[in-house]
Amino acid sequence: MIIVTSHDNIIIGLEIHVQLTKLKTKLFCSCSSKYRGAEPNTYVCPICIGLPGSLPVLNEKAVEFAMKLAIALGCKINKSMYFFRKNYFYPDLPKGFQITQYNKAGGKAFGDGGKVIIKKKSGKKEILLNRIHIEEDPGRLVHKGSIVSSPYTLVDYNRSGVCLIEIVTEPVINSPEEAREFLNQLKSIIQYCGIADLDLEGSVRVDANISIKGHARSEIKNINSFKEVQRALKWEIRRQKNFIKRNKLLKQETRHWDDSRRVTVGLRSKEFEKDYRYFPEQDLVPIELKKSYIEKIKNYLPEMPNARMKRFQNQYGLSEFDSEILVMDKDIADFYEEAVNSEKDFESKEYKLLCNWLKGDISRWLNLQNKKITDTDLTPIQVVNLVKLIEEGRITGKIAKSVIGDMMLGTPIKKILKQQGKKRIADEEKLSSICKKVIQENSEIIKDYKTNPRALEALIGKCMKETHGQADPKITRKLLLEYIEK
Amino acid sequence: MSKKEEFSQETIDYISKLALLELTDAEKKDLSTQLNDIISYFHKLDDLDTSNVPPTRHPLENIKNVYRNDIPTEGLSNEEALQNAPHKKEGFFKAPKILKD
Repeated sequence: MIIVTSHDNIIIGLEIHVQLTKLKTKLFCSCSSKYRGAEPNTYVCPICIGLPGSLPVLNEKAVEFAMKLAIALGCKINKSMYFFRKNYFYPDLPKGFQITQYNKAGGKAFGDGGKVIIKKKSGKKEILLNRIHIEEDPGRLVHKGSIVSSPYTLVDYNRSGVCLIEIVTEPVINSPEEAREFLNQLKSIIQYCGIADLDLEGSVRVDANISIKGHARSEIKNINSFKEVQRALKWEIRRQKNFIKRNKLLKQETRHWDDSRRVTVGLRSKEFEKDYRYFPEQDLVPIELKKSYIEKIKNYLPEMPNARMKRFQNQYGLSEFDSEILVMDKDIADFYEEAVNSEKDFESKEYKLLCNWLKGDISRWLNLQNKKITDTDLTPIQVVNLVKLIEEGRITGKIAKSVIGDMMLGTPIKKILKQQGKKRIADEEKLSSICKKVIQENSEIIKDYKTNPRALEALIGKCMKETHGQADPKITRKLLLEYIEK
Repeated sequence: MSKKEEFSQETIDYISKLALLELTDAEKKDLSTQLNDIISYFHKLDDLDTSNVPPTRHPLENIKNVYRNDIPTEGLSNEEALQNAPHKKEGFFKAPKILKD
């Protein structure tokens, strides 16, 4: 096995297909696009199963969504364009062609160029984009057993006609890690645009072109999640390097990512000719985008993650590192802002504390449960209360950590503490007896204290243990000092 | 390109492969003649000087931006969708396998 050490000679270009899941209907017909979990072929109509005589009509919202993304990515939007037919036979394509955009033969993509900035250990890097365009999703094929052994193919057209955006990068990605970071940033931008929820199953498909400099490239198809991309690329690089090491000739080919075996396999498709005979789709009239319309959408566009990160640093005094983590997931960032702004007295100290709870214990809980913060019953006010209780010394950090799980399920912090009997003990009489007991039982520490005043902390710790973390630290300290001096 | 070369044996083989048609030699010969006639007929357009005419991409070039609102409507039932399908199984359309053996 070859260990990949240098990535400089690796060339990767990605084609990312993203479903615009925030659309209610398909691209060219009024069928609902919320087909997930439905029985096969129940979200279909004559248009999306390609019945003769049916005519497509463009979803206006799809154009608006594509424009949002094009602006966010810095693409040059083509103001005049029309759709093409891409012709090939495959069971997932009921019409025998896919309606898409084409940037040759007089055609134009939706947007040209654009870029995504990614962070590397060595600094920042711009991943340049070639273009983005809109097209319709094919149907879904179901194989009995594996794709190879299945005696026939079953076809479900519920997905057929759902709006996809294809994002094509230039071949400027130099490692699987860069690819992963790029996809994370892209996902964040798409989330901020409000056009898709890419956590939905099957909402993302990636094709990757990958080669070692000076050798033939392979195209890996069927990568069905952003996480899998890095894995597939790593595997393929290893395969290609092994070939080169053994002086075997790599051939240009299409390979298929088998995510259960986690390998890429060369597939020989039946009757496959890469001649798509693109020609303009005459069933759809041209699109002409007015400058004023583009400007209007631009003004509606929410703040993008990069700008928000800089604002978080300025407005809340967070570090670049902290702000970056917070803004990556828009839901977390929104939650954060609602929390910090709900309390007038909060300042940079509390801003930082809130940030720590969100990126620490709360994010950890969400990751473990594989949930989004919007799926939980946790409210910003509850986290604010948590921070306030810690700040006022009414609960300890330790108690706070122990109640996060219940808070995520919607129980208010004060209620949890009441139920668990965990609240601050501030009653001096009660604390006095505890302090006296601790002093009696720890004469060694008292001796130590005479030369080392920091031994007092150990005594406070003992009092905390006695009270399961509920003793008020300030009063305990005062009382302990009083008794020791006596 | 001369008219004879346009639909050579290779071209016929190629386009029949793209169209997934298996043709006999007699059919190929027939089609070659017919397609040549059609193409020759279209060559009449070459008689016109179109050097100053912009390409027509759509017959309705003055109609633009025909849109639909993003509001779902009821489509076909599963039975309706499958009623003309010669092969079906468990609510799916059934198609031949897609990979070579």
